[in-house]
Amino acid sequence: MASETAGELLHEAAEPHGSGGLPQLDFDTWPSQIFWLAVALIALYQLMSKIALPRISSVLEERADAIADDLDRAEEFKRKAEEAQAAYDRALAEARGKAQAIAAETRAQIQAEVDTEMARADAEISARAAESEKRIREIRDSAMASVEAVATETAGAVIEAVLPDLSDPQAVEAAVKAELG
Amino acid sequence: MASNGNGGESFIHPMDQFVVGPIFGGHITPLSVTNSTIWMAISVLAICALTILGTRGRALVPSRVQSIAELLYGFVRQTLHEVAGDEGLKYFPYIFTLFTFILFCNMLGMLPYSFTPTSHIAVTGVMALAVFVSVTVIAFRKHGTHFLMFFWPMEAPGWLRPVLCVIELISYFVRPVSHSVRLGANMLAGHAVLKVFAGLFAMMIAGGLGALAILPLAGMIGLTALEFLVAFIQAYVFMILTCVYLNDALHMH
Repeated sequence: MASETAGELLHEAAEPHGSGGLPQLDFDTWPSQIFWLAVALIALYQLMSKIALPRISSVLEERADAIADDLDRAEEFKRKAEEAQAAYDRALAEARGKAQAIAAETRAQIQAEVDTEMARADAEISARAAESEKRIREIRDSAMASVEAVATETAGAVIEAVLPDLSDPQAVEAAVKAELG
Repeated sequence: MASNGNGGESFIHPMDQFVVGPIFGGHITPLSVTNSTIWMAISVLAICALTILGTRGRALVPSRVQSIAELLYGFVRQTLHEVAGDEGLKYFPYIFTLFTFILFCNMLGMLPYSFTPTSHIAVTGVMALAVFVSVTVIAFRKHGTHFLMFFWPMEAPGWLRPVLCVIELISYFVRPVSHSVRLGANMLAGHAVLKVFAGLFAMMIAGGLGALAILPLAGMIGLTALEFLVAFIQAYVFMILTCVYLNDALHMH
């Protein structure tokens, strides 16, 4: 073949079959070639179809399955991650809502306290005002009573000094009362 | 082909490499183990080493050898599927056997001192005939006598049909001839040309034309690369034609 040397080529001149034209057309060799070809092909076919090809096919199938499984698993993980994200978001929203509710509640509570304090203060103020008014009225009443007494006394004294005969304390008192009433 | 060098001593015997002879001596009988037998056996063993030993790990992440076996499997299966469709996949082991056997015979034939069984028309002829017969049997089993319509082109105008039918019949029966000769002749011619160049190189050295001997040497290097390509392509062509014939049998065009 390709790398045969000159010496090798020289030796080949002595080959017995060399002279008979194409070795391909040396029909004496055909039965042997065909017989062994049949043996080789049948053996190879049996080995390939019974062992090699089913094995390679199963290996390829297993690999495809494994890859599909891995993809499924990745999909599952992704779904779980998304679920966790959703849960986190939900918890966050809930917490925010709760915080807002607490704030609102506190605000309402404070408002209510302020309101009650205000009401109490108002009530106290009005109570005090009423008391003061009462006191003022009492003072005025007592003052008025004093005025009546002084007026009656004065009127009696005046009448006694001017008209001692006509002095009638009861009449004077009634007259003063009528005059002041 | 053979040319004479010094004193009538022949240097170039490009056909001697194709001589089939019993390796244990004696007269050749149908059961004789010949150099052809040995190289067929080596091919079968190499294929088994690749596809059976190489895949015995059944690894999910394949080793290098297992990758090659899987690549070969995928290549043949895809080619068959593309040409002959789903129904063709039933015959996958058959196609795979033929392709790997031819490929390994061709490639191992590139080794120095080796023998190329596929350079013999007896071998390629039997394989082509096996394909022809099995494909025809498949066709008749699937379509019955309706398969004869394969030779009766309905799309042609009426008067042309008998003529085309004759042509179709001839081309059908010529298939095994072209199928086998294409492979055998390619192998034969390539190896013979390599030998001619090698002989030329030897003659030039012997004749004292040392410097000029670089030319046939360069030619040999280029041809060797080409021959590797041819070794693969002819195996591929044999397989793809088998697939095409199978497709014709299964789907009638």
